[in-house]
Parts: sequence; C-alpha cells; structure tokens
Amino acid sequence: MLARRRSLPGFGLTLGLTLAYLAAIVLLPLAALAWKTAGLGWTEFVAAATAPRALAAYRVSFGCAAVAGAVNLVMGTLLAWVLARYRFPGRRLVDALIDLPFALPTAVAGIVLTSLYADTGPLGRLFAAAGIRIAYTPLGITLALTFVSLPFLVRSVQPVLEALEPELEEAAATLGAGRLTTMLRVILPMLAPAILAGFALAFARAVGEYGSVVFISGNLPLKTEIAPFLIVARLEEYDYAGATAIAVVLLLASFAALLAINLLQLWLVRRRSAEGTA
Amino acid sequence: MTTVRPRALRDPPWMRRTLVAAALLFAALFLLLPLAAVFGYALRDGYAVYVQSLSDPDARAAIRLTLLVAAIAVPANTLFGLAAAWLITRFAFRGKGLLVTLIDLPFAVSPVVSGLVFVLLFGAQGLLGPWLAAHDVGIIFAVPGIVLATTFVTFPYVARELIPLMQDQGSEEEQAAITLGASAARMFWHVTLPKVRWALLYGVILCNARAMGEFGAVSVVSGHIRGLTATMPLQVEMLYNEFSRYSQTGAFAVASLLALLALATLAIKRLLEWRMRREHAALRPLGETA
Repeated sequence: MLARRRSLPGFGLTLGLTLAYLAAIVLLPLAALAWKTAGLGWTEFVAAATAPRALAAYRVSFGCAAVAGAVNLVMGTLLAWVLARYRFPGRRLVDALIDLPFALPTAVAGIVLTSLYADTGPLGRLFAAAGIRIAYTPLGITLALTFVSLPFLVRSVQPVLEALEPELEEAAATLGAGRLTTMLRVILPMLAPAILAGFALAFARAVGEYGSVVFISGNLPLKTEIAPFLIVARLEEYDYAGATAIAVVLLLASFAALLAINLLQLWLVRRRSAEGTA
Repeated sequence: MTTVRPRALRDPPWMRRTLVAAALLFAALFLLLPLAAVFGYALRDGYAVYVQSLSDPDARAAIRLTLLVAAIAVPANTLFGLAAAWLITRFAFRGKGLLVTLIDLPFAVSPVVSGLVFVLLFGAQGLLGPWLAAHDVGIIFAVPGIVLATTFVTFPYVARELIPLMQDQGSEEEQAAITLGASAARMFWHVTLPKVRWALLYGVILCNARAMGEFGAVSVVSGHIRGLTATMPLQVEMLYNEFSRYSQTGAFAVASLLALLALATLAIKRLLEWRMRREHAALRPLGETA
C-alpha cells in the first residue's frame, strides 16, 4: 500500500468522529468498570471473585462451555467437511441454517429449547423415559451453549477446507495413502489451526452467554447457576462489588481465549512462511 | 471446487453417505426443529389467540420500543462504521492497530457485562449517578440506557464489514475524483458509497438483527417495566416466566416475530453474499467468506 494518503479529504473529520464516538459508547463505560474494580481493593475483590457461589458458577460456565466446544469440534468440523466437499439435496438449506444461531435472538432460542427439552416437552419426554433429564441440569446448559456456538466452528473451518489445494491430497494418494490415512494425516493437521480458532471463539462466546441459557438452566445456586446469571443476581441484590468482580473474571477469560487465537494465528503464519522458505 | 475429482481423491460412497446423513440429521434436529417449534408453539392455540397475543397493549409497546431502539442504534453505528472505515483504510497514522482492536472490543464482552458497565456508569451508585439524580435524568431503568447498551453490543458490526473491503479496494478511484476537482461530499456519494454499498448493507442487516434481538445487555439496564422499558426479547422472557399456557403461547407469538426477523436476515445475508461474490469475482477469484 502506498504510504501517502493525505491527499484525500476527511482525515480530521473522521478521526474526531471515530474517537469521540468510541470514547462515549465503549471506552467510558469500560472505564467505569475499571474504576469500580480499582475502588474495591484487592482483598474485597478476591473475596467477591472467589466466593463459593462464584466458584461454582465459573465451574458451570467454563465446564459447560468447554464440553459444548468439544461437541462442536466434532459436529462443526463434520458439517464443514460435508458442506465443503459433497453435493447433496438440501445442501444450500443446511448451509444457510448454520447461521441460524447467530441470527435468532438468544431469548427465542432459550425458550424454544426449554420447551422442547423440558421433561414434559416432546423431546425431553423421550429422554426422561430413559432416565435422562436435560432441562434444569448442566446437560441442558451444555445443549443451549452448543446451539449458540455451533456457527463459530463451521464458519472458521469451512473456508479453509474450500481453499485447500488438491495437490497435497493427490501426492498422498500417489504415495499410496488410503483415503482415511490422507484425511487423518494430511488434511486434519492442515485444518487444526482453524478448528482450534473456532473452538476458542465458540468458548469465548459460550462463557459469556446469557439469553439462551437462563431459561433452560434453572439457575440453582451452586448447581446450575452460570456466571453471567450470578452477575445479574448480585446486581438485583445491589451488590455492585460482587457483580463487578465476577464480570472482571469473565472479561479476562474471554480476552485470554481471544489472545490464544491471535497467538495461534501468528504461530501459523510463521510456520507457513518457514515452510515456504524451506 | 466443482471440478470432478480424480477417483483417488473421492471419498468412498459409504463414508460420503454416512457423513451426509449425519449432517442432515443433526441440522434437522438441532437447527430446523427449534426454528419450526417457535412457530408451532406460537400457533398451538389457533390463529385467533396468536393475533390476540400480538395485539396485547404490552406486546405492542414492546414492538414499538424495539423498533425505536434499533432506529437509533443502527444509524448511529452505521455512521460511525463509515467514518472509522474511511479513517483506517485511507490514512496512515500512529495507533491504528490499537484503534482496530478497540473497535472489536464489544464482541469480546459478555452481554450481561455490557449492561453492567452502564449500570456502573449511570446507575444510582454509579460514577455519574448522583449528578444524574440531581438533574433528574433517568438513564438506567429507562429507554436511554436500553439504547446505549444496544449501541454498545452492536458497535463493531458495520465497521468490521467495511474495513477489510475498503482496504482491498484501495483508494485510486477516490484519488482520481479529488484530482479531477470533485468535492469531498461528491466523491463520497458517487465513488465510495457505490463501491461499498453491498458490504455496507450487509453490516447494517447484521447490526439490526442483533440490535432488535439483544437480550442480556438490555435485560440488565431495563428494569423490566411492562409497556415502558420492555423490548420484544424482554417481553418474551416475562411472558414465558409466567408459566401459564396462555402467557407462554403469547411469549412464542412475540418470539415468532423475532424468528421471522432472523429468517429475513439470513435470506438477505445470503443474497448479499451472492451479490458481493459476483461483484468481486473478477478481483478475487476465491471470494470472501464472512
């Protein structure tokens, strides 16, 4: 790209508008969070962030988000593979439906999953007959989180699969590798970074998810209470310190997940360029 | 992609059939069924009850509020998105990387935390709370708080669609327009806007879908006052939690409107992806996936 772009108009105007709007809508509110956290003091912060009910809520949120991510690791990769590689009736419909969890408001997803999977619901009844309760258990939370985070996996793996050069697969086949060997030893390693990035995005989303979960989780303290719900509960008790401490832990967790993605991609770019020069 | 693959690169038929069947079954049970069930539950007591649920004064108020909030948040974020994309893709300046990161920040914040930060800023015990109370300005548990929280969560949508596209397109045509004596406004209207219109619309559609459907952030700042500070998703929540069959059917009736919005969003998104791919086919053979 050319370095000099100052001949175009609007630098001052767009700079001023962008910074003012960013400051007012995003930075000022986040500063309020930092201000409140700083005002807490270390001991009060730690006490609020590590209260037994908070620890239980992290366990539920992080645990269910990890399991949902793992389910999507398999199902999302499978869907991406099928959509990228095969032509079959209904392919375009399935491809469009993948984005449904992004487009459907979370509260709508929450109530419909709850009604379907409650013990009296059409699907929940079948599971209940087999002794499996879904709604109001961690299983239900995991189900809702799997629903909302599915598109992240599919949409990060699918473009990579579509752009994959057939030469490598040809080479593997020429060298006598069976189709399954080629998949596991050649294609899967090339997909791994996209799969992991999708997992991290899905996890970051699922940890903070609220709307699709609150209806199906039952919100039983220490058992099926997710961290975002505990923030709301603390706010309703006017316990701003408690709410803030848990919010900071959640924020740090999603930043960590997103940082992991960036490091992963950096590592990938390095490895690619190293392979290119080798 | 659609070229015929040599036999050695084709998956065995049993594998292809198993995987396609698994994908279809999963999509049908996990995606299509919940979507269909929203309409099924909404209409389970007949069309008359459905219409009655939607003409309830509180439901009407919720629909009006949702439209009002989106009518403020979406244009504001669109204007910002255009300004930010122009700034980032047309000028070299220090701190650009940081600016791009900050624009994406709201995506990394849990919806509930997005609401909480406004309570900490404008709530009764918040940073500006006492001042607001003294001047009798209500933000939290009122419409301004809902607008602010919605604007926060939908902040990056338009900018993040425009920035990569405008980066790719470069600014030669704008440079030419200015050199030939066009005013800034004329250049923007006749050169820049036509080049980015589909991506702009794409960002606006996604921004609008999220703005109308946002639940967590709005739930924290709204106070859930029926007829006054309940948006459609909050109305859905309150009706559903009443646990009577009639009110739950009403919850699904309002939810069905949001599901229709989601379907319309997906359809327009598909259409725009197709248009953008066609428009950039000459430029970028592989196209861009969002």
